[in-house]
Order: sequence, then C-alpha cells, then structure tokens
Amino acid sequence: MEALIFELSCPGRIGHSLPEIDTDDYAAAIPAELRRESLDLPELSELDVMRHFVRLSQLNYSIDSGFYPLGSCTMKYNPKINEDAAGLPGFYHLHPMQPEYEIQGALQIQYELQEMLKALAGMDACTLQPAAGAHGEFTGMALVRAYHRSRGDTDRNLVLIPDSAHGTNPATCTSLGMTVISLKTGADGNVDMAVLERALADNQGKVAGMMITVPSTLGQFEPNIVKIADLLHAAGALLYCDGANMNAMVGEIRPGDLGVDVLHINLHKTFTTPHGGGGPGSGPVACKANLAPFLPTPIVAREGDRYVMQTPEHTIGKVRSFWGNFGMHIRAYTYIRQQGASGLKEVSRDAVLNANYIRTQLQDTIPPAHDRPCMHEVVLTGKRLKQETGVKTLDVVKRLMDYGYHAPTIYFPLIVEECMLIEPTETESRETMDGFIAAMKAIVAEAHSDPDLVKTAPHNTQLGRLDEVTAARDPKLRWLPSDPRDAESNWGSGRNPNQVSKLEPLNRD
Amino acid sequence: MVYSAHTPVVRDEMLRAIGVQNIEELYVDVPAGKINAPINLPAPLSEPELIAEIRRISAQSADVLTHPAFLGAGAYNHFVPAAIRFIQQRGEFQTAYTPYQPELSQGTLQAIYEFQTLICELTGMDVTNAGMYDGSTSVAEAALMATVINRRKRIVVSDALHPHSIDVLRTYADGHKIEIIATANPLDADLSDVSAVIVQQPDFFGRIADLRSAAEKIHAAGALFILVYYPIALGLLKSPGEYDADIAVGEGQPLGSGVNFGGPYNGLMSCKNQYVRSMPGRIVGQTKDTNGQRGYVLTLQTREQHIRREKATSNICTNSALIALGSTVYMCMMGKAGLKRVAELSYNRAHYLAEQVAKIPGYKLHFSEPFFNEFVVEAPIAPADLNKRLWDEAGIIGGYDVSDRVPNGWLLCATEMTTKAQIEQLVALLQRYAEEK
Amino acid sequence: MPNNPTDLKYSESHEWVKVVGDEAALGVTAYAVEHLGDMVYAEFPDAGTVLNAGDIAGTLESVKAAADLFTPVGGAVTARNEAVMDDPALLNKDAYGSWLLKLTLSDPSQLDKLMDAAAYDAYEASQ
Repeated sequence: MEALIFELSCPGRIGHSLPEIDTDDYAAAIPAELRRESLDLPELSELDVMRHFVRLSQLNYSIDSGFYPLGSCTMKYNPKINEDAAGLPGFYHLHPMQPEYEIQGALQIQYELQEMLKALAGMDACTLQPAAGAHGEFTGMALVRAYHRSRGDTDRNLVLIPDSAHGTNPATCTSLGMTVISLKTGADGNVDMAVLERALADNQGKVAGMMITVPSTLGQFEPNIVKIADLLHAAGALLYCDGANMNAMVGEIRPGDLGVDVLHINLHKTFTTPHGGGGPGSGPVACKANLAPFLPTPIVAREGDRYVMQTPEHTIGKVRSFWGNFGMHIRAYTYIRQQGASGLKEVSRDAVLNANYIRTQLQDTIPPAHDRPCMHEVVLTGKRLKQETGVKTLDVVKRLMDYGYHAPTIYFPLIVEECMLIEPTETESRETMDGFIAAMKAIVAEAHSDPDLVKTAPHNTQLGRLDEVTAARDPKLRWLPSDPRDAESNWGSGRNPNQVSKLEPLNRD
Repeated sequence: MVYSAHTPVVRDEMLRAIGVQNIEELYVDVPAGKINAPINLPAPLSEPELIAEIRRISAQSADVLTHPAFLGAGAYNHFVPAAIRFIQQRGEFQTAYTPYQPELSQGTLQAIYEFQTLICELTGMDVTNAGMYDGSTSVAEAALMATVINRRKRIVVSDALHPHSIDVLRTYADGHKIEIIATANPLDADLSDVSAVIVQQPDFFGRIADLRSAAEKIHAAGALFILVYYPIALGLLKSPGEYDADIAVGEGQPLGSGVNFGGPYNGLMSCKNQYVRSMPGRIVGQTKDTNGQRGYVLTLQTREQHIRREKATSNICTNSALIALGSTVYMCMMGKAGLKRVAELSYNRAHYLAEQVAKIPGYKLHFSEPFFNEFVVEAPIAPADLNKRLWDEAGIIGGYDVSDRVPNGWLLCATEMTTKAQIEQLVALLQRYAEEK
Repeated sequence: MPNNPTDLKYSESHEWVKVVGDEAALGVTAYAVEHLGDMVYAEFPDAGTVLNAGDIAGTLESVKAAADLFTPVGGAVTARNEAVMDDPALLNKDAYGSWLLKLTLSDPSQLDKLMDAAAYDAYEASQ
C-alpha cells in the first residue's frame, strides 16, 4: 500500500516554482492580531507528488480500466475529446464575472446546450445551474412549490414517492420542507394505480406533486406513466421525473411527451461527463412553459446575434454561485454535437439491448426480480442463492472483484431482497459482457462447492475486506502525528518510507 | 453512433440470443406512439470537425491568462501547476465512481483522507468532509446544519458575504422557515435565539477584521460561529480554528482550479469534533482490512440521504472529488512555504495596485480597513464604462462593478498571476484617461 | 421459533419494557439488534426529559442503517445507559442485558397494550 503524503514529507523540500516578491513587502506589516502563527503543510518535490498520486491512482478501478456495471450510475465510456474541449483556455481560464461582451463563446455553449436538452427532454425551458443530480431535484421541486404558491395554492406540501426511489428523492423533499408519502410498489414492480388513486383521494388539495423515476429503479418502463400524469394533473398536482435513467430514453423517448412537467438530467450519466470518483456532476433541469417563470437565475437567452443572461420573472433565486458547472456543460455539449439525434437514439437502443442480453444470459444462474424485458438495466435477486448456499449478494460482488470486474449496485432498490442492479451501458462489447456472464456463473458454482471462498472474498485485491464497523465506532477522519494510531508515521522526520521500502522486493500483484 | 461496440451482425445475434425479433419488442411497456420521437438537433460532427467547431466557439471568449485581469469577486486566478491536470486526468481517478466499494477505490479514498487532513491543517478545524458543490452551497448547508444542532431558526449574516452566498442561503432557507437577517454589523446584532452568525473573512470587498472576540460573543448567546474563508489568505492570516469558529466553509477553487467560468468548483466544509454527526456530505475514515493493513472507507454514512432518506438533513451526494483531488495535489506541491508565498504575492501586488491607483486624480480607496488582495476604489466614471474602454482599447479585463453598493465602486483584485508590468500598464491607462478630462 | 425473555413486555416496533415498581427500563429486542447489525452509535435523551408513549427516545445506528428508538410508554427519563452510548457493541453482545433508558411511568395502563413474550415470539416469527 501507499504511504500517506504526510509521511513522505522532508523539511525544506520544495515542489513549486513561484515568482520572487518584486514590490515592497507590504505583507510584512500585517499586524500580529491578524497573522497566523504556524501552518504545517507537507514539503515535497514535484516528483514525490507525481509518484504518490500516480501510485494512488493505480489502487482505483475505473471505466478506463474495465467493466463497471454499476446499476443506476451509467458508467459508460467518457470520450477524451470532451477533456480537450473543456481544457481550452477560452473556457478553463474564463472568469465568471467578466462582462457579457467578453464571454460570448461560453454563453453560446450554454444557450445551445439548453436548447439541445430541451429538444431531447421534450420540454420548453431549461436551466444549467444545478451542480449535481440531487441539486437538480432540489431545484426542480422548488419550481413545483413556487408554481403552487404563485396560484395561492399554499396547502400543497405533500409529495408522493414510490418506495423504490433513490434516497435523494425523499431527502430532497425534506430539504425543501415538504412532506413525503411513500407509495408501495405493486408486485409487478410498477406503480400500484389503486395505491396512487387512494393517496390522491385522501389528500385532496394537498398534493404538490409526485417524484417518479422513468424507467424505474427496477429498470422497468412504467406502463401507466401517461395515466399517472393525467391523474396528477386532474388533482392539481405536477409530475417530477428523476432523470437518473435517461440513458434508456435519450434520442428515443421524450419525457415531456409522457406528461412529465419537470425533470433533472444527470450530465455525468447519459452525457458522458466523468464521475471523477464522486463528482463534480451537473444536473440541469428542464420544464414545461408553466414552470419557466420560476427557474433559478440566470438563464441564457439569445438577442439577435448576442447571448445574454436573464433573470426569469418569478425566479426562485440562486441555487449556487455563478453559472453552474460550466466545465461539465462543455463536455456534454461536445458529446451531443458528436452524436447528433441519430447517434443518441442508437445509444439508448444499445443500452437496452445490452441489459436484456445480460438478463437473458444469466436468468438460469441468478434470476431477474421480474421476468419481463427490462430497459437499460436489470435487477437480479440472489435470494435463492442465499437460501441454498448461505452466500449473500455482498459476497458475490466481492468475489467479482477477484475476477477483475467492478461490483454492480447492491441492496438497491430496497424493495428487492438480496438484489443486484446491473447496468452494462451501450459502450460495452458482447465479448466484455460474455466475460462477465461467465464470471457470474463461475461464482455461483463456487458458492455451491466452496461457499467460504466466496464469503471471504476478495482475495486478489490489494486490500481485503475493510472493517467498516471499527471505522464508524471509533472514527479516525484525519492523519495526526500525535494520534497513537499514526505512531509509525514519519511526519517531517526526513525519512521517506517509500524510498526505504525499496530494499524489499516489490509485490504489487 | 460513435463509441459503439456493436456491428449490425452482432446486434442481430444478440437479439436472437435474447429471444426477440427486433429491438422494438423490448419496448413493450412504452405507451403507443411514445417511441421514435422526432428530435431536432444539429447534424453529428466527426472528431476533427468537432474540435474545430469547439475551438472556434472558445475563441469568442477572452481568458484571464491571455489578457491582464483585475477581477476577483469570488473566483480567483491563481497559479495552477501543470502537474495537477495530469493527475486529475488519469482515467483511474477521472472515470471512477463514488468509492462505495473500498477494495477497488483505495486511490480515491486515500486522496480524500489526505484532502480532509490538509484542510483541517489549513483551517485549524477538527474535522473536514470530502467536499460540497461550491462555496455558496457550503454556506447554506452550514446554516442548515447549525439550525439542526441548536434547533433555532434565525441566522444572522454579514451583508458583506459574497452576494451569491446570501442569495443561495435565502433559497435554501425558504423551505425551513428560517429567518435570514443580513446586516452590516452582525456582531452588534441582537443574538438572542439566533442559531448562527455567518461572517466572511476577507469579506466580499476584500476587507479583513480582527475576529478574536467574535466567538466569545456569539457563544455567549448560545449561537454557533460560521466563518467563511478564502483558503489562499490562510497562508498568512489567522485560521477559523484560531478564531474558535464552530463551522468553517469556503470556496475551494483558488486551491488548484482555473476560474473555469464559475464551475465546477468545490465547497470546503469543516467543523468542531462535537458537530461531526450533524455535518452533511461524505466523510472518509481510516480503518484496517482483514489482514490488518491500513485502508480507508466512507464512514458515518448513516448521516446521509441514501440511508436516512426523508430524515436526512441534506440531500447532497456529490463531493466534487476530482476538484478536491486537484486541491490536494496543489497543497502538497505548494507546501507550507509555497502557500505562504502565494498569499504574500497576492497581498503585496494588491497593495501596490491600490497605492498606485489611489494616486491618480479622481480615484479614491473607499474603505479604510485592512484588506487582503481585493479592494474597492471609487472611480471618477461608471465602472462599466471604464471596463468597456479598457477592454476595447487595451484588451484589459477590468475590475468588478459594485456601483450598486458603492457609488462608482470598482472592486479590483490582484494575485501572484497579476504582474507588476500589468499593474503599471493599468495605472498608466487610468492616469491617461484622468488627464483627458 | 424465537424465545424471548418471559419477564418483559414488547412493542410492535421491537422495544422491550421491564417494570420494577413505578419505574420502567426500556431496551430493544434481539431481533431488532440482529436486523440492524453491528451497532456503532447510540444516543438517548438526558435525564429529566419527559416523553409520551410513541415518542422518539433515541437513535441507534449500525454501519448501513439508522433507526429511531420509540418508547411505547410515557414518563420522565430518570437515567440513560452511558455504557451503551460509549460502547454500542454491548447491544450486540446482549440485547436484553443492556437497558437504554429508565423512566418513571406516567400511565401504567399503557403497559396493557404491549405484548407478552409468547405474543412477541409469534409476532417476530411473522416478520
């Protein structure tokens, strides 16, 4: 394993090249009451730093290294042209507070991206402000609330959410001060229409809207979606679509055509901006015309041949500083311009094709939760395997690591026992999926013949299973030289354990 | 489609393996008439056509590396060492997901753990999370966190916070019936039943204040002290920890990111130990694996939305990990000497700029308080007109127009990237414009 | 079939109550603890807090789950188990040996609504 950067520090070593002070040293006169006394940061050469982080990178699994079938996350290939585009100085070194006449190129990207997302979503208006999917949910539901308020409909504070939803949906409602009614999903995995109708009837005049994921987190297209929208609209409520699963629909199905009033779009899923190990993302929100006056400020508009920022008439205000995660906007823009409508249609079709291929090839090994065609991802259940062998889904996916694959999403959605959610995405080849399918079959065979081998996996990763219980019981959240648990560290001692350890043979598997 | 792995033959074979005749059969649940939607997008471009088009568009904007720039106002053009982008663009970091499977994510997890440690060191705070969206949302989340901790509903905020932070705070507070009281002198406000007091240092106008007595006054009223900081300034100035802040938040962009037209950035958030269970966002902790080797995991996850759902105090998932990685590399390369040097250069050049501009007839520094690397000058003409003229005649990106707050107020900024020659060029032009009158 | 202690009363949300005089000790059942997994955090209200039946009376957390503790009986808190707050793993070792809160019963008739061990055994088996 790699030492912590602090343990590599050597007093006086320099890893930067900065100008000399060429004015009077005004800073020398900063009075003591404002000046800090000490600052300890590690001292390293540039090469020390490069090697440390390159070695750390080698401890990661990524799309660029292998198959990453993490359901609900759309881990598709991230084109490298996106990076070249986002790194252009006219974008990366453009200051957000420059006057409009100096930033026309950036505004053009934002304006055209808004237009393209509107076309793909079947919506009338769009904001690029939200910084992530959950932030898009927050923004979209704030629009719903503002819409009802503007009509004097102030009692509408309830939001209906299927129990299969992402945890962010209910958390979003709470962060807006709205109250959640959880709807039990039907046995077929779809919205139970009787449950929905009863919830609306029991709460007349109080339901602000419904948050629904299309396709659902079970990977199924909601067959009653149009009827659901009609029921909500008849009850004076709006339909919010969690666009996390847009990869199943892009270029093929427009949520606006289904009766959806507002949705967020994860640029880091469908539109190939990298996940970055946990962000930054980007979660634009598209909506119908009746919600457009409430959009956060600013939106980008076109006046003649100029692009300008505008504040919608009844804006909910700002949801973040400046103008959104612009670097992600360029990447998504680049991707859409490269694919065009015809390319994006093939994207969703191949995504659906690949998920169904995995579903059918594995159905005798680990069965799907629902025996019917899926969209871009499929939920399998290891319930039978656990009963027969004692091997849990968690064990299966840890063993997958030994075979060189990233784990699928597990134990989500919460309503399927011992589930794994597999999303291959359209960029994976049949050969890759065949390899994965073979590995799954081999692991199920191992679960029967040698269950302990699977239960104690992984065996081939640099680290074995990590003790999450101790981590949570006795949290250690930073390195600290005085902490006895860091007793062996070398902060500032000048000893570099990486160099010292070269005396031993390297064994990095 | 570009990036497709399938040939037409393979697609047919896969359809047969699935047991259907064509792809439409897999869309059985989609209501009639809702597939095959007509979508109007520009025609697809090949890669060489595409990069030419993007370059053409990017050339319609003027960047702060090519042009002398005196603009701050919440986004700062500091030096970004070349090594940072090389590390950020390694596919292993860039194309990994959130590290939910620790055995395959030790690189990201250890980097975040190092980030948490470095920000704790910089701020003098006990614990730091893995990052937020940006500085403004960190301010809003810190305020919500305070209201959860002490169950009070009033937030007093300095009106010299970045205006975007105040706007975002108001948007976030809306649903919680939290009262936001913006005032010029938050420490003189009535603090009874106040949840938290939010102060920014340096403030939006660049001013720095002696905050040594702030915490005592705020704590005496039973409120929490939230300090919004500028990380580069902490190379020289007292840290939030030294001021006994309860929660410290800031914009992470100056630590190794370009100004990037406003994003993606990274929100920095730290707090005292006793509040860690109320802190939103991801946190990485150290632990051991089955063989006793040191390793890292996401921990204290029961605070988060994916477990607590409607009982979570925040819906945030993202932690801007790649930007945090850039900041980690930045702080490691700068080290204690480099960060101090960047702060000194920024401070010195801004003070040199202020001294020179104040000598020009018609120009006057608006505030008398000490400042860090930004200051308000009262210009003889409207700042918008001044900026336009500087741009048209000299390709200079001027200061930020704060005439809505200060008559003819012009917020000027300098960093280590603002050279003495650029300062002298600006001063000479302003001198010439002044003499024309 | 489960075999829960016969000297306790049980709630549908898997708490147990042990009555000594007019004081009740409150805990969670072995079934609840097993369901949550390895406990990592526990927090209960201070002595003096007055609770109504059905109120939230604390938080229990494992690595991947968080649960509210509900009190099935009302009363003033007289003590909380600091040992469990310091070392929540005690619950995994012995759920019935680890009381969490003690309260002075405000309405002993509330006990009548709770299950006895036999009823809870059947209830647990049906979950």
